[in-house]
Amino acid sequence: MLNPDTVRADFPLLGRTVRGGKPLVYLDSGATAQKPQQVIDAESAFYAQTNAAVHRGAHQIAEEATEAYESSRTVVAEFVGADVDEIVWTKNATEALNLVAYGFLNASLAAAAAPGSPAAEAVSPEARTRYALVPGDEIVVSEAEHHANLVPWQQLAAKTGATLRWIGVTAEGRLDPETYSVIGDRTRVLAITHASNVTGAITDVAALVSRARAVGAYVVLDACQTAAHMPVDLHALDVDFAAFSAHKMVGPTGVGALYGRRELLEDLPPFLTGGSMVEVVTMEATSFMPPPQRFEAGTQMVAQVVGFRAAVEYLRELGMEQVAAHEAAMTQLLLEGIAAVPGVRVLGPQDAADRLAVVAFEVDGVHPHDVGQVLDNAGVAVRVGHHCAQPIHRRLGVHASARASAGVYTTIADIEAFIEGLHEVVRFFATPETPTMQASTVESGKGRV
Amino acid sequence: MADAMEQLYQQVILDHARVRQGEGELADYGGESFQINPTCGDQVTLRVQLDPAGEKIQALGWTGQGCSISQASLSVMHELVIDQPVSRAEELGGYFRELMAARGKELEGTRLEALEDASAFTGVARYPVRIKCALLGWMALRDALVQARGRA
Repeated sequence: MLNPDTVRADFPLLGRTVRGGKPLVYLDSGATAQKPQQVIDAESAFYAQTNAAVHRGAHQIAEEATEAYESSRTVVAEFVGADVDEIVWTKNATEALNLVAYGFLNASLAAAAAPGSPAAEAVSPEARTRYALVPGDEIVVSEAEHHANLVPWQQLAAKTGATLRWIGVTAEGRLDPETYSVIGDRTRVLAITHASNVTGAITDVAALVSRARAVGAYVVLDACQTAAHMPVDLHALDVDFAAFSAHKMVGPTGVGALYGRRELLEDLPPFLTGGSMVEVVTMEATSFMPPPQRFEAGTQMVAQVVGFRAAVEYLRELGMEQVAAHEAAMTQLLLEGIAAVPGVRVLGPQDAADRLAVVAFEVDGVHPHDVGQVLDNAGVAVRVGHHCAQPIHRRLGVHASARASAGVYTTIADIEAFIEGLHEVVRFFATPETPTMQASTVESGKGRV
Repeated sequence: MADAMEQLYQQVILDHARVRQGEGELADYGGESFQINPTCGDQVTLRVQLDPAGEKIQALGWTGQGCSISQASLSVMHELVIDQPVSRAEELGGYFRELMAARGKELEGTRLEALEDASAFTGVARYPVRIKCALLGWMALRDALVQARGRA
């Protein structure tokens, strides 16, 4: 079993204090995870010893930098159950998802152009066949998506005339199997989250993949919330594309990855163009490198890639089964603790099965911003707001929420401090009488005590 | 607990957040503004009606949702500017923005006094994220007044 006290010692930031000397209780790993010294050192050592531009230059340092960059790809690919040439570095998961959506868009623009015209020839015939969308085609997402896996598809639909449809969410915050039937004959893309970043509910990927396969739709998986918290095997999940981000996986900011099945990346038109991703450039035309380089235009975030490798090596060392077991225990404590605070409601599944240690909640009569402020004053860091997922909040009948999310370094003491903080929130904002609303017609000021 | 919390959430702020002045939809209005704080999703729709001469704020109504800071700030603002000349409302808005930029320092005497209950927001300026909450209503007012005057 993973010992979080030992793990914590690796994370220097967790040793600091906040708000006038209070020990930090960091329960915002769902937004971004803290970094172990091993990751900080790896990034620092790269700059101190190995920094050079990759895939260019014949000198020794360039060779070493390229080796560091490419061997990191191998390590990260293995970590998520992918082959090395199926991993594209991006600046984050948002860029990875946009990369796929823009691939579809570029193919659609070419397919809509006059046959034989430069616009039509701008992408390969295979790309047009695979990826071109036309009016009447459908893109399916879910109501639980993070904006990063919703807005790019909404935009793609608007630009191509395709229709955006969505899987609904139950009152408990899970994808509603009753609505899986929106996946139909015209579905070309199913873009779905592996786990909600609000309710923590884990998606039944197999059920959705089999429906998508039956209608020939591509499956794009947003694995941001899961990759750091449970074993993820993308080949076993049998999805076509997947996105994840280093900073949620105890790795650096500024680097994420796109997974794409090899033959699909092969046919996908480039998103960003420029240096490093080309073969022959004339004033008239350009031929592109094969994947993954085709999707890595310009100077890359090499130090961050190296840090990403250190992060997955760190997680691998802990063992993802152990990580998942530890976080399941934290989930249990969070749910039990919250249930014992009067007036606090969990937004999402109430039991710990098939969910992550990401627990959004609302405190009766207290705005999430105020909840977060009082917790912060106690040294407890949680997220407040809509967590980049407005539709699921709307579905659950709230405008915003507060959210506690655990990680590999979360301890029982962290959860206890958080629950104590929640009691303080309720005490602090307890109203002597029911809150009243008064219209402007009421005489100014007289309603107050 | 928590002197820091009591300094931030002054009683006058908690009271205004509970019993809010000016909350309600105005049927007749010369200017309207919708403002949203994208970080937390707080929003307000504020309407203002000037007197026939276009000089005084005759009516002000707002609807929306948000945290105690944004709601209390709207309520206090309503108290301060209702029946006041537009120029006075703009002056007060300037003082309040100055207060929010002061990082928790009080304004000098006459301006702080002019802000009345709004001076209770001094502590809010120590929390950069919450400044936007406190300013939401004042931004809406400034915008709505521009429209109302354009039409007057």
